[in-house]
Amino acid sequence: MSDSVATTQTARKPRRTLTRAVIRFAGDSGDGMQVTGEQFTTEAAWAGNDISTLPNFPAEIRAPAGTLFGVSSFQLQFGSQRVYTPGDKLDALVVMNPAAFKVHLPDLKPGGILIVNPSAFDKRNLDKAGYASNPLEDPALGEKYRLHLVDMEGLTKKALEDMPLGAKEKDRCKNFFALGLVSWVYTRPLEPTLDAIKKRFAKRPEFVEANIRALKAGHAFGETAEMFAEHYGVEPAEMAPGTYRSMTGNRALAWGLLAAAERTQVPVVFGAYPITPASDILHELALHKRFRIRTFQAEDEIAAVAGAIGASFGGCIGVTASSGPGIALKGEGIGLAVTAELPLVIFDIQRGGPSTGLPTKTEQADLMQALYGRNSESPVVVMAPATPGDCFYIAYEAVRIAIKYMVPVMVLSDGYLANGSEPWLIPDVKTLPDIAVGFRTETEGFFPYLRDPATLARPWVRPGTPGLEHRIGGIEKQDVTGNISYDPENHDHMVRTRAEKVRRVGQEIPPLSINGPATGEVLVVGWGGTYGAITAAVEEAQAEGKAVASVHLRYLNPLPPDLGHILRQYRRVLVPEINSGQLVRVLRAEYLVDAVGFNRVRGLPLASQDIYEAINQMLEAKR
Amino acid sequence: MSPATGAPGATPKYTKKDFESDQDVRWCPGCGDYAILSAVQKTMPDLGIPREDIVFISGIGCSSRFPYYMNTYGFHTIHGRAPAIATGLKLARPELKVFVVTGDGDGLSIGGNHLLHVLRRNVDVTILLFNNRIYGLTKGQYSPTSELGKVTKSTPLGSADRPVSPCSFALAAGATFVARTLDRNIAHMEEMLKRAAAHKGAAFVEILQNCNVYNDMAWGMLYDRESKVLHELRLQHGKPLVWGPAEDRRGLVLEGVKPKVVKVADVPESQLWVHNETDPGTAAVLAHLWAPDYPIPLGVFTNRSGEATYEDICIQQEQKAISERGPGDVAKLLMSGDTWKIG
Repeated sequence: MSDSVATTQTARKPRRTLTRAVIRFAGDSGDGMQVTGEQFTTEAAWAGNDISTLPNFPAEIRAPAGTLFGVSSFQLQFGSQRVYTPGDKLDALVVMNPAAFKVHLPDLKPGGILIVNPSAFDKRNLDKAGYASNPLEDPALGEKYRLHLVDMEGLTKKALEDMPLGAKEKDRCKNFFALGLVSWVYTRPLEPTLDAIKKRFAKRPEFVEANIRALKAGHAFGETAEMFAEHYGVEPAEMAPGTYRSMTGNRALAWGLLAAAERTQVPVVFGAYPITPASDILHELALHKRFRIRTFQAEDEIAAVAGAIGASFGGCIGVTASSGPGIALKGEGIGLAVTAELPLVIFDIQRGGPSTGLPTKTEQADLMQALYGRNSESPVVVMAPATPGDCFYIAYEAVRIAIKYMVPVMVLSDGYLANGSEPWLIPDVKTLPDIAVGFRTETEGFFPYLRDPATLARPWVRPGTPGLEHRIGGIEKQDVTGNISYDPENHDHMVRTRAEKVRRVGQEIPPLSINGPATGEVLVVGWGGTYGAITAAVEEAQAEGKAVASVHLRYLNPLPPDLGHILRQYRRVLVPEINSGQLVRVLRAEYLVDAVGFNRVRGLPLASQDIYEAINQMLEAKR
Repeated sequence: MSPATGAPGATPKYTKKDFESDQDVRWCPGCGDYAILSAVQKTMPDLGIPREDIVFISGIGCSSRFPYYMNTYGFHTIHGRAPAIATGLKLARPELKVFVVTGDGDGLSIGGNHLLHVLRRNVDVTILLFNNRIYGLTKGQYSPTSELGKVTKSTPLGSADRPVSPCSFALAAGATFVARTLDRNIAHMEEMLKRAAAHKGAAFVEILQNCNVYNDMAWGMLYDRESKVLHELRLQHGKPLVWGPAEDRRGLVLEGVKPKVVKVADVPESQLWVHNETDPGTAAVLAHLWAPDYPIPLGVFTNRSGEATYEDICIQQEQKAISERGPGDVAKLLMSGDTWKIG
């Protein structure tokens, strides 16, 4: 590597130790903020921190440069203690242009580090962001924040001046300058980023050199420039020993399926139609054809679920994935799987709605759709992962339940879990629970709707099995024989049987883990991707001696058998959700408990500070 | 009920009866579906496929009750989606022989999209589309194959939309086998069913079928002994396209891409259009022909064998991936890429 950017040896600057930090990189869609954020995450992971991330990007593929709606950002919190969320308010914000400045500055804590690329604040960009004058010229800015104007464009250009690259190509390296600088500010190791650059540009050695130079130039700038008086260390977190990797929710769902296919030796047929934010599951699975995975990019959402159902009928594990709008289209198909009593796994990666809504933003508003969004009495099992890494276990568990009970299982992930990542302790796959697959081959006494007394599951028969030829379908059928039946009593019996089958999945649910005292003032009940924000808020209240606890539901239908008892051990029940009150409605209906919702539907994860305040309000209101 | 068993491993010698299920058939008396059911059951023993390896999949409509009456594996699914369900099944289990039974409403209206895609993908399924030009199960609304101006319950002043030709649709979608037959011509129907079932790839058969309750004699022109002679053109590979009574034979010649009806006696035989099943281009021209200006073709429009099926390509990719890198190992995958140790 060239040494044209010399690291001047100066007196070492003081290093202050923090327990945690929240950083956001923000810029134009074309500024490489996602790569920068992901790479910084890897550096923090190397340093042994616990981490939570929040990528946030526009729905437009190439949003016009410099516009407010074209801003892309990546936020992460890393710490030496347990990190539950990407953080509410920012300790440091790196902004590459006026639009990013305008959109993100309100989230920076007073006194926070603000690193700005001033060369992007020209008239054109200021106009696009709606600024009449340059906000960097406001003296109040430097008083409120620790403002650092770093000409990243110019400095990157200078570091690369002797390189045979075009001006545009050089400019594209400035995100690595930013990364180098922030890596210095937080004393994160550069090694993983150096490796990643070499891998990423393996075929273009000149890009490898340019980006490494930019990275090192940024790092050296932090070390030598007079503007940074100190930098920060964040010690390794106390985490369970083992080997870790960074895991996003979508990849974890995909890999959970691979693990289920490997354990059962039954292929997974995955039908999907591209939709944000679920498409990455299809992409990931399509890479792994060696793992008993067959992917089917269907002509539409309906064909995607239909293909999965056809595969399940054929004795494979049928899985489909989508987001809310696609799940709506799949409803009739899911109903067929309910009545045909076939195993089917449906991933719903929730996003803002209704209709197209906010495709790249997160929401938790499909719970009612999952529970009731089909015609007639059409119960399915509903589960929700709590963290990105939990998606792996949920996917595996969904397959296990679907096969054991011959029932559709809906998994409610969301945009935040799907794209967010956390350090994930890699499990020993041998320790995953067994998934029993017993295809019926015995002809004696066979009926298509003969039921297992414990689970009420009907037999799973692979076509091709001699002597078990049979017909199933969407028309109501007589129990046991499976023959078409319009008999009123039989229909009532079948409606109850299908519901009872789902209810019996309750016997699979482990006791809820209560975070906090077993009785007290306030119980916070959550589900899905709000786990981190709720836990952080509850632990903050507990640290102040408040009698607050939380439980987090991974099973939403059936509900955990011990939930009703737990709810009654607290004076008040608070249910934070990114919807206008869906689980809270279920809990009130199911348990006649006066649960109260805390609801924000902004397309963003809930802020733990807001939940903390809601807890306090509830505690005060009681008095 | 049970088939006579042959040598171990060999396909049993079946009879038609082996393919009759124990369910009461619930179509209206006189429905054309009875003849189709009988023909299909009769064709099954000739396929040489074990009964347990045969699956019938259907959507919704009168035709879609079909699987219940076949003593094979069967799945009566949801409206229009049978082709998609069959695609998933074939991807899961390429070795199964899969039939899709659909109708003009199920296949060309609500399920038109899936029919398009199962055909263009060349999934190895045999699709039987019963075309009676009416919605029977919902009691008599016009269908996407009903003629313009059709008076029905939902169109008391006549339908305003023009019909689609199922065979033209299938050919345009790239189907590798397309044929048309008639519920009242048992011998021809059986021949078409056999040829379609023997085709590897997406095979599409339009069966003109009579709904004697809501659209009786929709195909009367082909039922009536006298008019049949005047209008029915039998497609035969390698033979000139001729029809009509012996004393007044008519033939087709191609002028550029435009077909023209001629008196056979007036042109040299070498000028007559000779049917070529392997040419999808001329098949598309043929599929557009209809009375009164042209004859109504029955038979195989196109039959192109040897084209890779969707599921074969998928399985080949899978096998290639395994042969190059070995079967997947999840424990190894989890440890791949960037990992770090704690403790």
